[in-house]
Amino acid sequence: MNRWFSLDRLWAMVRKEFIQMRRDRLTFAMMVGIPVLQLTLFGFAINSDPRHLPMAILDADQSTYTRTIVAALRHTRYFDLTHHARNEAQASALLAQGDVQFVLSIPADFTRRLLRGERPSLLLQADATDPAATSNALAVLSRLEQQALTQDLRGPLANLRGTAPPFEFTVHRRYNPEGITQFNIVPGLMGVILTMTMIVMTGLAVTREHERGTMENLLAMPVSPIEVMVGKIVPYIFVGYIQVAVILVAARWVFDVPMLGSFGLLLAGTLLFIVANLTVGITFSSLANNQTQAMQMSFFFFLPSILLSGFMFPFRGMPGWAQYAGEVLPLTHFLRFIRGLMLKGNEFSQLWPHLWPLLMFTGAILLLGLLRYRRTLD
Amino acid sequence: MTAPAPVIHVEGLSKSFQGKLAVDHVSLEIDQGDIFGFLGPNGSGKTTTIRLLCGLLTPDEGTGTCLGHDLLREAYQIKRQVGYMTQRFSFYEDLTIRENLDFVARIYGMTQRQDVVDAAIDRLNLTDRQHQLAGTLSGGWKQRLALTACTLHQPRLLLLDEPTAGVDPQARRDFWDQIHHLAADGITVLVSTHYMDEAERCSRLGYIASGRLLADGTPQSLVAESELSTWAIDGTDIHRLGDTLKSVPAAQQIVPFGTRLYVSGTDTAALKSTMDAIARKPGFQVHPVSPRLEDIFTRLMQRQEDTQ
Repeated sequence: MNRWFSLDRLWAMVRKEFIQMRRDRLTFAMMVGIPVLQLTLFGFAINSDPRHLPMAILDADQSTYTRTIVAALRHTRYFDLTHHARNEAQASALLAQGDVQFVLSIPADFTRRLLRGERPSLLLQADATDPAATSNALAVLSRLEQQALTQDLRGPLANLRGTAPPFEFTVHRRYNPEGITQFNIVPGLMGVILTMTMIVMTGLAVTREHERGTMENLLAMPVSPIEVMVGKIVPYIFVGYIQVAVILVAARWVFDVPMLGSFGLLLAGTLLFIVANLTVGITFSSLANNQTQAMQMSFFFFLPSILLSGFMFPFRGMPGWAQYAGEVLPLTHFLRFIRGLMLKGNEFSQLWPHLWPLLMFTGAILLLGLLRYRRTLD
Repeated sequence: MTAPAPVIHVEGLSKSFQGKLAVDHVSLEIDQGDIFGFLGPNGSGKTTTIRLLCGLLTPDEGTGTCLGHDLLREAYQIKRQVGYMTQRFSFYEDLTIRENLDFVARIYGMTQRQDVVDAAIDRLNLTDRQHQLAGTLSGGWKQRLALTACTLHQPRLLLLDEPTAGVDPQARRDFWDQIHHLAADGITVLVSTHYMDEAERCSRLGYIASGRLLADGTPQSLVAESELSTWAIDGTDIHRLGDTLKSVPAAQQIVPFGTRLYVSGTDTAALKSTMDAIARKPGFQVHPVSPRLEDIFTRLMQRQEDTQ
């Protein structure tokens, strides 16, 4: 038998890990439970383009024109008229308590000044504590100014209609024309779920042997570090693919996420990502002294992965240093890969720039793990 | 014809943890077929020495060979030919008996794995329970499984770290019978223990305290070389006698043993006159005996403490 590597010994490790995994109910629960839970949370609960936001109106004018404007606001589906405020103080209170997201104040002389052509103002106060919640709603206002009163300003009033702008932009929202949040979230979620479960599961793999005392026995046997590490990684590749299957099924039949790219390429790219995460987990596991430390390291890695990868927040919105940090994380590259493949139907040549960083990352981390793997109990 | 090279040959082996010396320049030579009993109090460095010998720890100082392989550079070759049984059960409790043995057989790349595992289970008398999880076995059975597992690859050297701790007397006796069988087949055994009856079943003994090897030899030579004289006193009221003897400086060790009192000391002449005085009293029979191993080791401990 070869001193450094033997397939027989590797297979012995893989078999052992499979049997142990099969007997560990928690691993099984995590395998399917985490994807289902996360898909439910992120897929159904989270929406970055909220509509039907409550609005209070303080209408001191009450004319045809103001009613048309309110109706136009409601037709955007961003605004729901929920309260009629009697005075300024009540309107402010509603906003302060969070009962409404917007307060629309229409001054008493609005119609008179409108007809005089004085271009009067309407005050729309927004609760901007969460900018993301209001930004899309506010973005439709400029279109509304142009068009809301077109129908009402007829005959002698026609000259009050705005003159047409000298040019206009035609915007095509490609890859996700309706801006459906799930199209972005669900493929990304595949990366997040794999990052979380793969690292946590393997993070415990080596420390468990240390804590149960079985490491002493394993070290006394002629099994090499690479056999132990790879042997512990292989079974979890299958766990990863089971999770991928769960997510893909949900993406296709529950969320109707398009799948434009090649399925084979998706499986291959996902394999690289799974292995990258497993190497991180196994390396944490050989660095940590106990399972608690391994868990802490896993979370330490998981948090920036979620925040800096472009999953939660737009990658290009981050400052330069944060982008550099994000580039190191495998999730960043996987998100580009999976979104490019599923939503844009990218080819291999277009996806390769997102795949080779995963390979580099895996190689570097595996090397670190092997160097730090303790061959002795020192 | 030259004598076969010793199975274990180490010189000046030292190991410290966080500045505390656990093993202090230990030199050992163990020949093939020996059953070397390793004795010493808790925390004296027995486990550390065993771990140094099988490559689980790297020595800070010292050199040596194990089965002809260099301790520092040829750990792999040593591991292939050594069976190490840890103090705590360190096979997989969430694997069955059969799966554990099968795993070991695979790791050592054994041919005819099925047959080897079948035979081992048969020898253990566990054929009916082979699919039971190892974690559900009792202490005695775990120990038997561990011994079987660590001898599966037919090692030339067995390192057993307190294998019989917490095991009932019958299981201990069976265990030692097995060790003698293995030694008869030419396997060298190094076994650490706390039990004196087990020490007496060894062909050689080493006594370690505070990391230092204080004595090394056959049980007979240790008795012969000890400067200790021991008397046995039989009588009905030996406990009160024992209390009075505590004021006699020559009686360095007084150990009651049922209706018998063992008294040992290095000052033979002084002790003999005390014993003669007791012999004249009614109700006591006094006769000289050879010192017991326990007395010898206690003496070694006391001397060690005196010199510190």
